[in-house]
This record gives sequence, structure tokens and C-alpha cells, in this order.
Amino acid sequence: MGGLNGLTLAVPRGALMRETLDLLDALGVDTAEVRANDRKLLFEEAGIVTMRPSDVATYVEAGAADIGITGKDVLAEQSERAVYELLDLRFGPCVMVVATTAGEDRLAEALRRLGVMRVATKYPKIATRHFERTGRQAEIVEVKGSVELAPLTGLAEGIVDLTATGTTLRENGLVVREEILASTARLIANPVAHKIRAAELDDVVARLREALARG
Amino acid sequence: MSTIHPTPSGTRDVLPDEMRETHAIAEAVRGVFDARGYGEIHTPALEYEQVLTRGDPAAADPAYKLFDEQGNVLVLRSDMTIPIARVVSTRYATAQPPLRFCYVAHAYRSVRPQRGQDREMLQAGIELVGVPAREGTAETLTVLCEVLDAVGLAGYRIGLGDASLYSALLDGYGVPADARAALLYELQTRDFVGLEREVQALRLGAEATEALMRVPQRRGGAEVLDAAGAAADGLRAVVAQLPGDVAERVIFDLGLARGLSYYTGAVFEVYDAALGAPLGGGGRYDELLGRFGRDLPAAGWALNVERLHIALVGERRGERL
Repeated sequence: MGGLNGLTLAVPRGALMRETLDLLDALGVDTAEVRANDRKLLFEEAGIVTMRPSDVATYVEAGAADIGITGKDVLAEQSERAVYELLDLRFGPCVMVVATTAGEDRLAEALRRLGVMRVATKYPKIATRHFERTGRQAEIVEVKGSVELAPLTGLAEGIVDLTATGTTLRENGLVVREEILASTARLIANPVAHKIRAAELDDVVARLREALARG
Repeated sequence: MSTIHPTPSGTRDVLPDEMRETHAIAEAVRGVFDARGYGEIHTPALEYEQVLTRGDPAAADPAYKLFDEQGNVLVLRSDMTIPIARVVSTRYATAQPPLRFCYVAHAYRSVRPQRGQDREMLQAGIELVGVPAREGTAETLTVLCEVLDAVGLAGYRIGLGDASLYSALLDGYGVPADARAALLYELQTRDFVGLEREVQALRLGAEATEALMRVPQRRGGAEVLDAAGAAADGLRAVVAQLPGDVAERVIFDLGLARGLSYYTGAVFEVYDAALGAPLGGGGRYDELLGRFGRDLPAAGWALNVERLHIALVGERRGERL
């Protein structure tokens, strides 16, 4: 067998896309059309659909894609999705962190003096779980983009966000106070496809393992 | 503009077109139940919370709760299995087993917000009481396939696993009791990356590590049972009893874990390529009836009639995963 064995794969656009396609090349999937085409979303011949990373688990849970690749951060935020997590693909490393402006820790100060801290994030569930687990009262403010702005403008005392190199945080004068979760790209599967397409799926997983072992 | 008076999210009105199709499915299902000697049961939608939690400590968690005029906590039943276990121990306390019951009834579960999940589900299912392991499980699977054939579903498959299999493996490799919860949690949440991490953290020998990581990932024909050794003896015994056309539908799944804590042996789920989620499932619960005072082995299953309907429509349209 070669390629994706007739399975439909949800590929994340954005930071994980290039390494996903490189890995697919190693599997013998022809990704030339996907690479050449920025606007097209559905590549039936290759068995690929492209989408935002945060939508991958949605498509895979519904069976609109049999398998998918997305970050552990997405899976942790959408932990209620009924999908199988099959393989750590090891690329796209990043860390979910709690960050505040440099200098005095404004979060700690707010907790001490006000009893509650305001935290801005695109990941409300991960943030809520983290502060619950560590026994601190936090008001979670959900924003859709540029979380770094929140502590600079007074919207919140700190943020929970994903960082790969720390550059964006540094450039905005923010420092990491806590690490919550280390994330890499994961291969996920729809629970029904995982059973009724078991042989095709296991073959793809085995070849992915080999490709990862080769480096 | 007309006023919209909403129903609670996750509930809906069923209008005549859909009702007719649902009825046709229910009638086909009832025909098989009748031919197989399963008597239909109706139980109240409301039960005392303490009755449901006697069957399964977690049974009331997903359920709707209310108070009666004496302050008792009532819950809307979240499945039919525990109510039927209650009926067997009270109304059939001295009846000679085997007992065969069926139902086509609604069950209620609170839902995670914004998921479009149903709070009210129509289930069709059976409970077979007093027939031990292999014969009992084989009969429930046979009736399940007859029902799916009767409603006209063509491409369905049955995933068959064993709720005690992974525990038997952990026993076999001497994994201490306090380390097990983490492994079972990863299995339950379908996270094999997490399972591999937790198994490796135990620092067992190479063979044990390999088996505990890989065995629950095995799905396929009878050959996958070899991977589990003696831990799969229960499944081998079931399969030996299955008629050929039922066995052909079976996919062995050594990692199949169903959410309810009362399963003790074989567990199964129904899949169809036209739908991304299971149509239903069931298994053995040999200890459940004992909790109500009548210690009899039992097995059963429930199909979600609405999902069955979606799969039937999907199959006729040629949809597949």
C-alpha cells in the first residue's frame, strides 16, 4: 500500500503545515498540488483537506476526515472531542505558558490583594483547568487574537498563551511565569474509521513511525 | 414575524415525516425482539437517584435531577439497563431464569454545552438475564445483527472487546494497583500517546512495555487475539459460539473501553461507514443484578434509533467514511 490508503487526512494550515507536508512526502503522498495552491482547500486526489488547526479535531470527530494532524494544544483545549490520539509526530514543539509583564508579578499581586486575577487567553478551557488545579481564583477573559495586548492595556494582569521561541512575548515585554503543557503535532483518528478502516490506518501509522525514526 | 418558542437545546419536536420513518425502524426492531422471545418493558422515566447509583455510582452524574414533594432526589433515567435490573430484582425476584426483556424508550442525559448533543435519545435494546458468559453474549450479538439486518442496514460492523482484558494484562505483568488508574484513564480517553508515556514511566521489562502499549491498539480479525494470550480467552470463548454471519461482522478491538463502570466481560459497539460515531453498544454486566439483590449474570445492548436512522439515510445516499 502507498500514500494514505484511501483515507482522508485533515492537514492544518499555518505553522504546522510545511512539516506536515514534508512528512507526507516521506509517505509517498504527492503534495505538490497542495504546496502550489494557497486558496484551494480540498485535494481529493491526494486525500487531503486543509483547514485551521483548531478545526481539525472537529472534522475528524464528525468523520468528515478519517484522520488528521493538529497540535496537542488544540486537543487539550477541545478535550471533549471523541477522537483517538495515535502518534506524537514530534514537530511543532511549543509550550502553553502563563506570562505577565516583566518586573513584579502582577498576577501574584492581584491574587494577594484582590483575591482574583484576570487572565486573557485564546485557550479558556486549558487556562480554567490550570488555575482550578492549582487552587487559584482566576477570571478568564477570552480573546480571539494578539493576547499579548491584554496585560499591556490593563485588560488582564496576565495571559495564558502558546509560545514556541518566546520572541513575541519578549518583544512585548512579557516574561514566562509558569509552564502548563508541552505541545507537539499529533496524529488523530475518527473513532469509527479507527475500527472499520483499521488495516489501512495501521499501515499509515506504521509508515509514519518509520519516517519519524529515519528523522 | 412569528414568535419562536424554543425547546431546550438538545431536544426537538418530531413531525409526521420523521415519525413515520422512525416507526418503520421501531416496528422492524420489535419484529425481531418478538420472534426471539424478548418481552417489551416500560419503566418510569423518573427514578430515585439512590436506585440508579446503586447500579453504577456514576449513573446519576450525567442525569437530570429534580426533587419530589418529600424532598427525595429524582433523576431522569440515563439508560434502561439499571431500571430493568431493578425490575428483575423486585417483580421477578423468584422467576426462573433465563429472562428476556426488550425496550424502545427514551433515555435522558445532560449534555456538554454547545455540542448539539441530544438530551433526549430514543433507544432500542435488549437485556438477557440469567444466561452465563459465552452463550449469553453470543445470543445478544446474534439478536443485534438480526435487528440491524431487519431495519435494512447493509454495511454495519460490530467492534468486540473485553472490559476485563486490559486489567488481566496488568495482572499478568504485575503492575501495582496504584499505577493502574493513570493507564486506564489514557485508555478511556482514547489517548495512545498518553498511554505509551504512562507505560514507559513504569519502567517494566521490554516485553511487558511492548504488550501494554501495543495490545490495546490491536483491531482486526481473530489473529489479533494471539497478541493478548490468555487475557483473550473470554473473547475466544464468545467467538466459538457465534454463527458464521455474525462472526463475519465482528472486528476484534482489544482496546475497546466503554464509559460505564458496570461492564464485566465482553463489550461491543456498532459502527457503520455512513456515520462518524457508534450507533450503539453494550456488553456483559454480571455483577449489576447482584447489587439489587438478585445475583444473576446478564448482558444487553442499546441502539440509538436516531443515529440508526441517520446511518440508514446515509447508506442509501452512498455516503461512507
